[in-house]
Amino acid sequence: MRKVAIYGKGGIGKSTTTQNTVAALAEAGKKVMVVGCDPKADSTRLLLGGLSQKTVLDTLRLEGEDLDLEDVVKPGFKGTRCVESGGPEPGVGCAGRGIITSINLLEQLGAYSDKWELDYVFYDVLGDVVCGGFAMPIRDGKAEEIYIVVSGEMMAMYAANNICKGIVKFAESGVVRLGGLICNSRKVDREADLIQALADKLGTQMIHFVPRDNMVQRAEINRKTVIEYDPSVGQADEYRMLSQAIDKNTKFVIPTPLETEELEKLLIEFGLEA
Amino acid sequence: MTKKVDFNSIKPEEVKEELLSKYPVKVARKRAKQIVINKVDNGDVVPEVLANTRTVPGILTMRGCAYAGCKGVVLGPTRDILQITHGPIGCAFYSWLTRRNQTRPKTDDAPNFMPYTMSTDLQEDEVIFGGEKKLKKAIEEAVGLFHPKAIGIFSTCPVGLIGDDVHAVAREMEEKFPDVNIFGFSCEGYKGVSQSAGHHIANNKVFTDVVGLSDKPKEGKFRFNILGEYNIGGDAFEIERVAEKCGLTIHSTFSGNSEYDEFISAHTADLNVVMCHRSINYLAEMMEKKFGIPWFKVNFIGAESSAKSLRKIAEYFGDKELMANVEKVIAEEMIEVEKVRLDVKSRCEGKTAMLFVGGSRAHHYQDLFREIGMQTLSAGYEFAHRDDYEGRKVIPEIVIDADTRNIEELTVEKDDNRFSPRKSESEIEAYSKKGFKWSDYDGMMPEMQNNTLVIDDLNHYETEVLIEKYRPDIFCAGIKEKYVVQKQGIPLKQLHSYDYSGPYAGFKGAINFYKEIDRILNTNVFKLVKAPWQETPELSGSYAWTK
Repeated sequence: MRKVAIYGKGGIGKSTTTQNTVAALAEAGKKVMVVGCDPKADSTRLLLGGLSQKTVLDTLRLEGEDLDLEDVVKPGFKGTRCVESGGPEPGVGCAGRGIITSINLLEQLGAYSDKWELDYVFYDVLGDVVCGGFAMPIRDGKAEEIYIVVSGEMMAMYAANNICKGIVKFAESGVVRLGGLICNSRKVDREADLIQALADKLGTQMIHFVPRDNMVQRAEINRKTVIEYDPSVGQADEYRMLSQAIDKNTKFVIPTPLETEELEKLLIEFGLEA
Repeated sequence: MTKKVDFNSIKPEEVKEELLSKYPVKVARKRAKQIVINKVDNGDVVPEVLANTRTVPGILTMRGCAYAGCKGVVLGPTRDILQITHGPIGCAFYSWLTRRNQTRPKTDDAPNFMPYTMSTDLQEDEVIFGGEKKLKKAIEEAVGLFHPKAIGIFSTCPVGLIGDDVHAVAREMEEKFPDVNIFGFSCEGYKGVSQSAGHHIANNKVFTDVVGLSDKPKEGKFRFNILGEYNIGGDAFEIERVAEKCGLTIHSTFSGNSEYDEFISAHTADLNVVMCHRSINYLAEMMEKKFGIPWFKVNFIGAESSAKSLRKIAEYFGDKELMANVEKVIAEEMIEVEKVRLDVKSRCEGKTAMLFVGGSRAHHYQDLFREIGMQTLSAGYEFAHRDDYEGRKVIPEIVIDADTRNIEELTVEKDDNRFSPRKSESEIEAYSKKGFKWSDYDGMMPEMQNNTLVIDDLNHYETEVLIEKYRPDIFCAGIKEKYVVQKQGIPLKQLHSYDYSGPYAGFKGAINFYKEIDRILNTNVFKLVKAPWQETPELSGSYAWTK
């Protein structure tokens, strides 16, 4: 079982990219579990067709200790297993602690057990690595390969670089490695070149360039991944290519994060030249 | 019992050198400023001590936390403010009567919440989803069960981390229960560098939310408040006894044997006297600014110091009859004190002590030891600031660092309606001319001998070295140090909780202390007990369970 975590700046399209990639893997016959690590609990909406599901933490509160795995794992598109960790409303409590509790509970309940014959587990993690709780999927080998969703916008690259710093910290004492950058295009000037250059500097690869397509928006409004909504469109093929690249990926590295100055230089080089 | 050391032959410079030699350079540099060889010039000029600064991680400090200072020290001893610890259960449990604060409700049916400990018992669930709802429920439950006049909410570390707003909860619940004064303390344990931060936080809230709510004065002549007396082992009872005998009226004590109604009208008293300068000088200062109540430092630890303090209070009120009465009481009390003192002194004279405790106790208790002919070789505070060592004269020189800035400093203004200077400016000046000191604290060091070691924030390693070098006859600290020290054959007297006895304040307290020290120092217990390693030098054993 490959354990994959998707990180990236808030609003960059992590959940959309994750679910479309997972849908493409499922379409290709892989068994995948998705664990949403966002208190908003919207990481599996497209796979489940918008069905709201009970989160691990809500269930834990309601049921107490007597909890079955099937209370929290719901089947989604083509047999994907969908879990939402859940968490507090904005502004209260500690969402990071929630993720720690949730993942520990999933382990205890046997969510990762061999009997599910999982090929992949995907963690879709909120925003940046803001605190210990959000780093949970990359600690203790919960996730072994990380993909960072990024665009050519400066703050997205800045976040990607920060996430790499987090990965370094845990990679040195554990098994986690960076698998690559996924460029989710914002139609910024020379975006592919820029992200490719960033990937080079980080010692990794741009595993796929996902172009911007309104089809994604249309599918989302219909609570579906593009793969499910219209399998024949070009954008579906893009996600298929991404999933294949991940499936065949062998380049796993400890990244070499940039100094802020270096990062800004990169932006000037590509962003202002055009 | 182990060898006796002639302490006069010890060079403090060498001891200091040895203490520092084990530290990494940066740590040694910092500790060098906190370990000071005392030297008193011109009566009150002493070397500078680095104090109220962060403990270097890895050092086994004697210090406590901000929550301990706020809940455990300042508010803990008051009986009818219902105190809810918002946090996991340990904080509430371990701050529950461990300082042996006593209290005595005025009537049988008057409320006393001290035998209880209340906590929201935060679980993982609340850490994730927020604990405010549980706190509100706890307050509702507490109001329903106990109908208190006031509720204090005390924040522990996790509360600060998850961002529960205890003040908003207090406001909301106060609207729901308008008869109950509900206030919260942001006294998360990690705040500040020691429990001192918690004292300040407690002072601020008591000042803004409690003192001044009722203008109804207590009956009685010569009304004053005692600040920084926490009734450990019944100290406040003894002070009350003596004060009453003298014809003085204690309006309220912050906070030993106190109650809420005394707090809210404390500003109607005519004088504040301060016992523990460190934990409560803030309140004295703020009450002076807002209400015009003067304050000065007193010390009821030690018979001589008690007499001196009583005389100063009587002098302040300036009443001939009162002054005569105070002299009469002192004379009466001193008969028994002297009898016991001289008897005990005959067995304790020349013996030595070390005191590492609190923010005033390491100073005050030197008086008691001096009275029975004992010398203090070394002393220091856990959480005091420079003014407690060197005197308030250094306050303008104290560098305010970031840790201190993190603790709110209230801006206090005159209360237009209620400000009334208790003494006119000319009266104050006349008093000063006679040598009467206002808002004073000269600190511990000017009263200590030259060449004694003054050490701030002592730690376990340094304790061991000090004991090895000096072999004092008694060591005074707290429970964390007690057995480490006693295992080296040196008796330890706890001055946080008084072990199992007290009171030690006032005249009867002095007698108790003399007898206690006599009992400890002249017992044969350490001579009679053989440690296992003295009989069989090497321990051997086998596993009780083998497969």
